[in-house]
Parts: sequence; structure tokens; C-alpha cells
Amino acid sequence: MSDVSQDNGNGRGKLFGGDFDIKRALLEGRAFFALIAIIVIFSILSPVYFSTSNFLTMSSHVAIFGLLSLGMLLVILTGGIDLSVGSTLGLAGVFAGFLMQGVSFEILGVVFYPPVWVVVILTCGLGALVGAINGVLIAYFKVPAFVATLGLLYVARGVALLMTDGLTYNNLGGSPELGNTGFDWLGFNRLLGVPVGVWVLAAVAILCVLALSRTPFGRWVYSTGGNARAAELSGVPVKRVQVLVYVLSGICAAIAGLVLSSQLTSAGPTAGTTYELTAIAGVVIGGAALSGGRGNVRGTLLGAFVIGFLSDGLVIIGVSSYWQTVFTGAVIILAVLLNSIQYSGRKTQQASSDGKTTSPQSESATERSPVSGSTAGNAGTQS
Amino acid sequence: MSEYVTNQEEALGKVILSARNIAKSFGNVHALKAVNFDVHYGQVTTLFGENGAGKSTLMKILSGVMQPSSGEIVLEGEPVRFSSTTEAQRQGISIIHQELSLAPNLNVRDNVFMGREIVGKGGVDYTEESRQTRQLMEELNEPIDPLTPVEDLRLGQQQIVEIARALSINSRILIMDEPTSALSASEVEVLFRVIRDLKSRGVSLVYISHHLEEALTITDHAVVLRDGRMTAYAARAEIDLEWIVRNMVGENFDLGSPPDGYAMGDAVLSIEGVTVPDASVPGRAVVDDVSLSVRAGEIVCIYGLMGAGRTELLESVAGRGDMAAGRVLLHGENISRLSIAERIEQGLVLVPEDRQRDGLVQTMSVGENLSLASIGAFTKGLLTSRGREHHVVRDSISNVHIKTDGAAASIGSLSGGNQQKVVIGKMMATHPRVVLLDEPSRGIDIGAKAEVFRLLSEGAAQQGLAVVFSTSEVGECLSIAHRIVVMSRGRMAAEFGVDATKEEIMAASGEAVVA
Ligand SMILES: Nc1ncnc2c1ncn2[C@@H]1O[C@H](COP(=O)(O)OP(=O)(O)OP(=O)(O)O)[C@@H](O)[C@H]1O
Ligand SMILES: [Mg+2]
Repeated sequence: MSDVSQDNGNGRGKLFGGDFDIKRALLEGRAFFALIAIIVIFSILSPVYFSTSNFLTMSSHVAIFGLLSLGMLLVILTGGIDLSVGSTLGLAGVFAGFLMQGVSFEILGVVFYPPVWVVVILTCGLGALVGAINGVLIAYFKVPAFVATLGLLYVARGVALLMTDGLTYNNLGGSPELGNTGFDWLGFNRLLGVPVGVWVLAAVAILCVLALSRTPFGRWVYSTGGNARAAELSGVPVKRVQVLVYVLSGICAAIAGLVLSSQLTSAGPTAGTTYELTAIAGVVIGGAALSGGRGNVRGTLLGAFVIGFLSDGLVIIGVSSYWQTVFTGAVIILAVLLNSIQYSGRKTQQASSDGKTTSPQSESATERSPVSGSTAGNAGTQS
Repeated sequence: MSEYVTNQEEALGKVILSARNIAKSFGNVHALKAVNFDVHYGQVTTLFGENGAGKSTLMKILSGVMQPSSGEIVLEGEPVRFSSTTEAQRQGISIIHQELSLAPNLNVRDNVFMGREIVGKGGVDYTEESRQTRQLMEELNEPIDPLTPVEDLRLGQQQIVEIARALSINSRILIMDEPTSALSASEVEVLFRVIRDLKSRGVSLVYISHHLEEALTITDHAVVLRDGRMTAYAARAEIDLEWIVRNMVGENFDLGSPPDGYAMGDAVLSIEGVTVPDASVPGRAVVDDVSLSVRAGEIVCIYGLMGAGRTELLESVAGRGDMAAGRVLLHGENISRLSIAERIEQGLVLVPEDRQRDGLVQTMSVGENLSLASIGAFTKGLLTSRGREHHVVRDSISNVHIKTDGAAASIGSLSGGNQQKVVIGKMMATHPRVVLLDEPSRGIDIGAKAEVFRLLSEGAAQQGLAVVFSTSEVGECLSIAHRIVVMSRGRMAAEFGVDATKEEIMAASGEAVVA
């Protein structure tokens, strides 16, 4: 550094790039290696695991977690958390099921059967509404995210139970006379041999990548999570950003709910229970920091695949569900351990630049959070 | 120099701690290259150097925050290794960090005793801790209640808490890395009294400051660091300000004079009767009925002591915090209801005082920080353009002379002064019509200060930029400002033109009473 003259002419070529560091690439790609390891291990343990059809089946399960995780990623990047996505997923499924049964307007004495595309839009709207309530509580009424979304976790689940009296809608097929067929398309059909749910995940993921790396909104998300006060003083509409990420998370959950109930051809009020935790796990395995400001779509997707392929693999080789729970937990802890190695390791690498990506993923500052002198001190000690 | 008599006269001035051939690299950045540095018993050694010269890095090594890449530390003739700050503290070495290291959610007492709680029979002895804290704060002439949460304190007060914490450790060697950057003259005077007192008790001190004159009044030895090397050493008696400047940057810098030779425009910013309530004391106002109008091309300096209400005034004009009364007009339009973002869009920006808390996003790179406020300028439709962002960032880096390993470097890898320049560069990149700067020179070296002031006066002269900056250094007021406004206890106490004298200004601020 001290060799760099104050005239910046020579920094030009490196403005966003730098040399590629193999050690770091390995650490960055650790979710990827975990995924490979999982595939290899289960392929050895079970002959049916390594087959295209199994991968496609597993991927359509991953689609659900992946959608939830992407929404969760946006929220976590701003330094928040959304515990309500599992319930929102359940509520969305039930709401869609309810619409498929036809809406009767008693005053007019008619029953209206909305076509599937209307059902989809209305359901996404419901997800957005749940998210908006979360966002407004958090951004404007200063309710801590954990508490607000915990509340919505209960409320949304309760509403879902109330709507169905605890029962499940099994008739989601619609009928040609009523013009509302096609709901099963989302979960059952394939495009080019790939389940539609996976395409949906891919589309949402691409939108998220674009939004995060190429739009002002993406910068706003990262800066809000990194330092909301500084972001606000730089003109970032912090409150609007907060509301928006919860809305998007709600929409993602609603889409996941649609895909899931279509896959299951039924919509039950308890669908998606504890999925919020799986979603958080996916984001964390993908390398995002719960404190906000760090993380990306690629990692999150890998995280969702790790969790999905792991749990399906455990089912395939016939491990008891108790052990499945233990293994899943162990993988999460392992991933987070690697995570902390990554961040502390990066501190010594502060000067080197960010590989190929320009996504706001820079290293932690030595003097980042104002903690005690000794804590701040430890930041620079690894070598 | 030494007006005191001690029984340790024998030891006085002997080397107690020294760095031998210390080198430190961060990746391919060589922050220190074989530095030798001595700390003298019972005396003050001041380290001078430009931003990024390696001062903080060297001090972090001496206090156990970091380990050197090579070289050794010798304490009283014995080579030592500190693997942590706790270890260094055990050997009697403590440090006041340049970037404050307080826990904002804890109160003053808990911060002072963090990690060194006094344990009595029934757990932590809070009464004793409070008593000692109160005593320390009184010694520092800043009687803050020990139970006040640190986040409620102004930056200067936080700095004093940081000093109190270092004092409470009772160390033999005390390192102060820019302890006065947020303090004004009278608080600095108090600190210097404490420093003299410490010296008389045989404490050895290392002092770092970009306020050169101030540092000269307290130091016994001067060391100049340049590009990671020690380039000059002298005892106090042999040197003067000119020597330091020459050795630091090679030429003499002038902070400039008020730009002239052009006609100022109409009033662009009018502050009318602004009153800001005190959040902690109901019924009191931190800014009390302040009115000020600034014309296009005019540079106004706000001088005042800590707590005079400068920060609160500037923040409320920029749109943060509640105004109890008054309004703010920009180009004659009332903008009091606009959000911060909308004000920035209209050309009114604030460079905040506390760069860690309000200025920088630590998880983002230098480039992303620099472009954060001007995203609109490189957004086409929905998407941002990397090429144009590249330009914005490159221009900022060269305009304010940021010393960085490239735009992708992390903010934390920059020296304190260079971080400050990022905050200034970020707001200037929005091409404002009115710029408010709260202590813009905090932590930047004289060269950079001159550069920033030159940027401001050029902006004023050529683009009709209206500038309002606050400072606690009178010298800065007397450089480029056309008008000097003095604030005291939330009120506008006096106003001066270009021909004001230091004494007049300080007297108006209430400083004379204390000094
Ligand atoms: N953690 C780090 N990673 C990479 N580079 C660093 C790191 N810490 C410091 N540097 C670099 O080392 C050099 C010396 O920095 P240092 O903070 O010691 O400067 P300084 O003399 O204290 O400057 P200032 O007056 O601005 O506080 C700078 O070029 C800085 O960018
Ligand atoms: Mg420094």
C-alpha cells in the first residue's frame, strides 16, 4: 500500500478486479464442495441416488427450500430475519386451495371460479401483504425483526387453520367446465424434462442476482445491512428497502406455497411448518452473515441444494428420521464453522481484491464494530 | 520543558520500550518497513506522519493488537512478544484507539471496566466501579453520569470515555492514537493537564495527532514516519513546526484563504429559527432558535466547543432528527419535510462527523462506499452501469487523494484519515449545490486538509457551491471561510468576517472562561 502513490493513476486496472486467490476460492466454494461430498457419499451408499430421475425429484424438493431461502437472503442481507415464511407458505397454499374451490358471493348468489393465473396472482398478493405487515412493523414501528416475524408466524398459521378448520383441500385440479384447470402444472409438469418448480426457482434466482448486483436496490440492500445509519445519510431509503425485502420474502414464500401444494395436489394448513429454519440454514450455509451486509445468491442456492440433497439422501438410504435431524444439524454447524474461518481468514487478506465478482462482499473491517479494545484487537491477529 | 521534579530523574528520558526493525505487511501492502522506534521513560514521544504512513499500525503492534511480520519489541531491555492486548496490558502497555472501540449499548461505567470488572463478594462491585468512573470523568473535566449509555454521547464525549478507560488501567506506557480528533481546545487543554500529571508519575506516553501545533506543546520527542519508514527523529528542543511539516510531506502547506474575485449568488440555504430538542433532557434545546443564510459561492465556518450544538444543527438541516421549530429553505423552497434522500437529490448533502457510525458501510468496498450516494448518476433504466460507476469512483479517489490498494479494497484496510476522505469523496460525488461538513478535517493530515479545502474553495468560486463546515480548530476557520459563525450552548453567539482574530472567536465561544 505504502508503495501506491497518492495519484491514483496506477490503481486503474484494479478498480474492481484483482488476482485470483486459490485458497479463498476453496473457502468460498465450500458449500459447493459439501454438495459434491454429499452426492459422492450417497451415490456410494445407494445405487438409486445417482440417477437423473432422482436428481430431478430432489431438485423439485430443493425448489421449495430454495425459494424460501432466496427471500430469506434478501431479508438477512439487510440485517433482518423472517421467521414467518413457513407459515406464509402454508397460508398461501390454503388460500390458493380456497380459491380453487370457488368463491361464493352470497349477496349475488353466484359462485366465482377464478382461473389459475388469477389464483397465482392473488396468492402472491397475500404473501406480499404478510411481508408488508412484517416490514412496516419493523421499519416504521421499530419492532425487532425477530419478534415481529415470530408474531406473524403464529398469526399466519392461525389464519390458515381457521380458513380450513384444520382440514386439507384435496381438490385442486379444477375442472374444464369452470375454466380453472392447470393448477397441477406448477408442481407436476416438466419443461425440457425439468420440473416446472425448478424453472421457477431458476427464474427467481436470476432476478435476485440481477437485483442484487446490478440495480440500485441491490446496493441499498447491502448498505442497509452493513450500516443503516450511514446508508440513510447517503440517501438510501432505508425504511422502504426494509419493507420491500420483507414483501419480496413474503412473495417468495407464497410462490413456494403454490409450488408445494401443486406438487402435493393438496393444500393443508400445516404445510411448511419449521421451513423457516431450513431457509435460514440454507442462507447461512451459503456464507451469508446473519449480522447483515454479506452473502450472495450463488451461495444461498448451494446451501439450499446441500440441505435438500442431504435430507433426501438420508431418506433414500433409510436412515431413521431422528438421525436425519441430527445429521442436518451437524452439517449446519460445520458450515457455520467454516464461515467463521472464512471471515477471520479474510481479515489478513484485506488488501487483496475481490476476485471476479463485484457483488458487495468485501472483507470485514478490523475496526468494524465498536467492541472492546481487546476484541477489536483480535481481529487482526490471524496470519 | 519539565517543570516538575521527580525522584525518578535518573530514569527520565531513558528508553523503556522500543521497536526494532519492525516490518508489517498486509498481503502485498507493506505498511511498515523496518521501523525503529523508542518510547522514553516519563516523557511524551509524538509520532508524526501523513495519512497511511503507518502510525496506527506501529502502535497496534506495540500494544499487542497485531503481530509484526518481522522485527522485535524490546521492553526494558528484554525482547517481548504480545499475542494479545491483554498480554500487553499485563506488561503495563495500553492504547487509546484512533477509531473508538466502545460498546455503544453499554453505559460509561461498563465500558470503562469492560474486561476488567472489579469483583467483590457479591459479584461485580458496581458501586466501586461507578465511584471510580465518576472520579475519572471529573479528572477529565467531563462529569458524565457513569450510567449514561455510550450511544447517547456525542463523539467528543465518547473520546473522553475512551481516554478515561485507558487511564483507569494505570499503565506504565500509554499510547494515544489521535485522542483529540473530536475535542476542542479547552478539552484538549484538560487532556494535556492529565498528560503532564501522568508524566510526573513516571508514565511514558506515545502521542499521535494531526494537530501539529497542539502536539508540539506537549511532546518531548518527535518522530516522523513516512511510507512505513522512520525518516526523522529529534528532541523537542531542536525542532519547530516547520521541521515537522518539511519532514512529513516535504513542502509547506497553506490552508488557503477565502476565495474571492467573483460575485456571490443569492441565498441558497436559509435556516430559519431552527430549534432541536435535547433527547435526554426534556424541555431543553441543543439547538436553540438558530438562523443562518448562506449564499451561492459562500463558505461559512461554524466554530464552537463540544456540545455547542454544531452537529445537531447540521444533522437537522440535512434531514436527520426532529426539529421542534423552524424551517430550512433551499433555493427559497421549504424542504423541512423532505427526507434525507430527497434533500440529497435537491443538492443538499452532509458529511457526518462520526465516520464509523454515520459515514461508512464497513461490509462494502472502498469503491462501493464512494459510489453509494450517487448511484443515480450511473443507473440507466433499472440497471447500474459498471463502466460509469468506475468513473465516479476513480474520480473520487483522485479528487480527494485516497490512498488505497484499489477500489475493491475493504474500508477497514484504509488508514483512519483515508477513511475520512472516503466519506468526503462520497458526498462530493453527488455534485451538491450546498455541502455541510461536520468536522471534515477529523484525522486527515495537513496535506489532505489543504487539498479538501482547495476542493471546497474551487467549488465555491467556480460552481457557486455553498459550503458550511464546522470545526473545533480556530485555525481552520481563519483559512477559507468568508464568514465565521460561533455557536455556544445551542445558540448563535457571534458572527465574524474574514478579519476576525483567533482570540475574538475563542472568546465568543466561551472558551476563554475555561482556559
Ligand atoms: N488491515 C489492513 N489491511 C490492509 N492494509 C492495511 C490494514 N491496516 C492498515 N493498512 C494499510 O497500512 C498503511 C498504514 O496504515 P495506518 O493505519 O497505520 O496509517 P496511519 O499512519 O495511522 O494513518 P492515519 O493518519 O490516516 O491514521 C495504510 O496504507 C493502510 O491502507
Ligand atoms: Mg491512524
